[in-house]
Amino acid sequence: MVASTYPVQLVQPDGRRVHNPEYSALVADVDAGYLRDLYRDLVIVRRIDTEATALQRQGEIGLWAPLIGQEAAQVGSARALHRDDYVFTSYREHGVAWCRGVDPADMTALWRGCRHSGWDPATVGITNPAIVVGSQGLHATGYAMGAKLDGADIATVAYFGDGATSQGDISEALGFSVSWGVGVVFFCQNNHWAISVPTHVQSPVPLAQRAAGFGMPAVQVDGNDVLAVLAVTRQAVRHARDGAGPFFVEALTYRMGPHTTSDDPTRYRTAADLDEWRVRDPLDRLRRLLGREDLVDDDFLTDVQAAADDVAARLRRATLDLPDPDPLTLFDHVYGSDHRLLTEERDSYAGYLAGFTTEEAAR
Amino acid sequence: MTTTTMTLAAALNAGLRRALEHDRKVVVMGEDVGRLGGVFRITDTLQKDFGDGRVIDTPLAESGIVGTAFGMALRGYRPVCEIQFDGFVYPAFDQIVSQVAKIRYRTSGAVQAPLTIRIPYGGGIGAVEHHSESPEVYFTHTAGLRVVSPSTPADAFTMIQQAVALDDPVVFLEPKHRYWDRGEVDVDAEPDLPLDRARVVRPGTDATIVTFGALVPTALLAADIAAEEGHSLEVIDLRSLSPLDFDTVEESTRRTGHLIVAQEAPVFCGLGAEIAARITERCFYQLEAPVLRVGGFDIPYPPAKLESHHLPDPDRLLDAVDRSLAA
Repeated sequence: MVASTYPVQLVQPDGRRVHNPEYSALVADVDAGYLRDLYRDLVIVRRIDTEATALQRQGEIGLWAPLIGQEAAQVGSARALHRDDYVFTSYREHGVAWCRGVDPADMTALWRGCRHSGWDPATVGITNPAIVVGSQGLHATGYAMGAKLDGADIATVAYFGDGATSQGDISEALGFSVSWGVGVVFFCQNNHWAISVPTHVQSPVPLAQRAAGFGMPAVQVDGNDVLAVLAVTRQAVRHARDGAGPFFVEALTYRMGPHTTSDDPTRYRTAADLDEWRVRDPLDRLRRLLGREDLVDDDFLTDVQAAADDVAARLRRATLDLPDPDPLTLFDHVYGSDHRLLTEERDSYAGYLAGFTTEEAAR
Repeated sequence: MTTTTMTLAAALNAGLRRALEHDRKVVVMGEDVGRLGGVFRITDTLQKDFGDGRVIDTPLAESGIVGTAFGMALRGYRPVCEIQFDGFVYPAFDQIVSQVAKIRYRTSGAVQAPLTIRIPYGGGIGAVEHHSESPEVYFTHTAGLRVVSPSTPADAFTMIQQAVALDDPVVFLEPKHRYWDRGEVDVDAEPDLPLDRARVVRPGTDATIVTFGALVPTALLAADIAAEEGHSLEVIDLRSLSPLDFDTVEESTRRTGHLIVAQEAPVFCGLGAEIAARITERCFYQLEAPVLRVGGFDIPYPPAKLESHHLPDPDRLLDAVDRSLAA
């Protein structure tokens, strides 16, 4: 059931279009304006990533999981979604968050250690990041089951990586979703690395082939080709919203940066590995297409850069302005209803803190 | 008042039926809960009466059951998951401990997971391995979860409804050894206690036995025997293991001066250790003897032919009472 031997591609690395009768038709409406918007998204998302990485290097946030290299996989897929679709992600999907409408000002609270989350999922239709790898696949499947019981024709999307496909929770999610016939789009960004472990350690066969074994359609797509990702994800989302059950997309991309800002990729891959993928850069590719089709000029590029810089400035300002949380918020939101032991503990700690003089507390 | 005699299993079934009637967002899900009615028949006839969209037979995977239930909760549902046996809950451990328990805290209160996770637990039924365990402290040690265990049909009927109605996730431990014990249930009565309160099930003056679940009848039997020997034992059924009603235990201990905690789980780092520590802090000068713990040995659950040695029985409880009173 793997639909294609070769990953679906609509734009080559040099910017030339590839005609594909099935998938070109799915993006026939993508005109010059839409292409320029996609480029704007790609640039902004990379700029968010650069700024947050810089904030980590400057000690303003504790950790960041860079997405550089994966912009097209994230923007192309997220732009295929409808407002009422619902998204579950891993921890690297800052680009998906941007496309869903998450305020960049809310993107760093988790990484700065002020809160465990940045936004209310209900307002943007995207959950906070799942850090335990693969756990969100089951959440998406349950959410889709709820949507089915509600009679809601939506797609529920689970983003995860190649490493996550080895987790039992992803296998269980694939199994439950076909058993229940619910509308989950499993969107796997195969970025070739689970920290230091290459994809072939996870699976000797293409990941999409594994999904097909569960009994769902599965398509491999060039994850650095934003137009192809948009087309394939539109197909998957339509499938889910039509009540035809789950759909698996394997987007072949590459994590150009470290796993996180704490990682040192020079220990497990070479500069040559990176060079091979640098020529497939997703931003360069779309820009070449725009150039070939005479859709860019300096004003546009200046305007895009300015927009990206504004977003980055907003993210930086918000990060630096985040106040340290009050110590007694430690005890908030553990339970939704009264819990006497916790109340006792909070009161006791409040009394303990109150026992310090101002000078002592300042130390 | 409509009082009926029923088994604890039937009381749970009646309580679940009420919960399904009361709130259309309540769904029951797990392995074999539908057509079969569960291996213990706790969900008997519920799928026939409420349909397979509300009583859902899941594929056989515990992490999948809890993980998808969590997703349904995010969609506004109020799932009641059945884990078939205590020893099978561990594949769902991450989903319970890292996802369900923590989501309210992780989202600063924006998201809640009102799941009830039902687990038949405990020994005494001659079962094969992995079917007799007492995993309560794995869950009481996890902030964000509530852990409760009824010991009577009446409490089973009301507590399952209270658990389902609560916006916090509840690990609902069912003493499978007592599933077929019968008792009076008033199906029209409002709950006489909040979910988080203990119950003094037998007042006494000489020593206090605190326990929960399947050991409550065991402790009551011990108290009968002690009475014949001239000792008046107070028996407390904790009902809620997290939060734990230390006020009720403290009040009793202050009067009797002697406290014995009984559990089926291994004693080391068990619930009894926490109770002993807290009560010692609160009642140090009223205690006339150290708090004693009676429980399972610090071993994996033994083969059925040995379980009578492992599980506290009235004699082991009375031995502890004698040691306490002699101190």
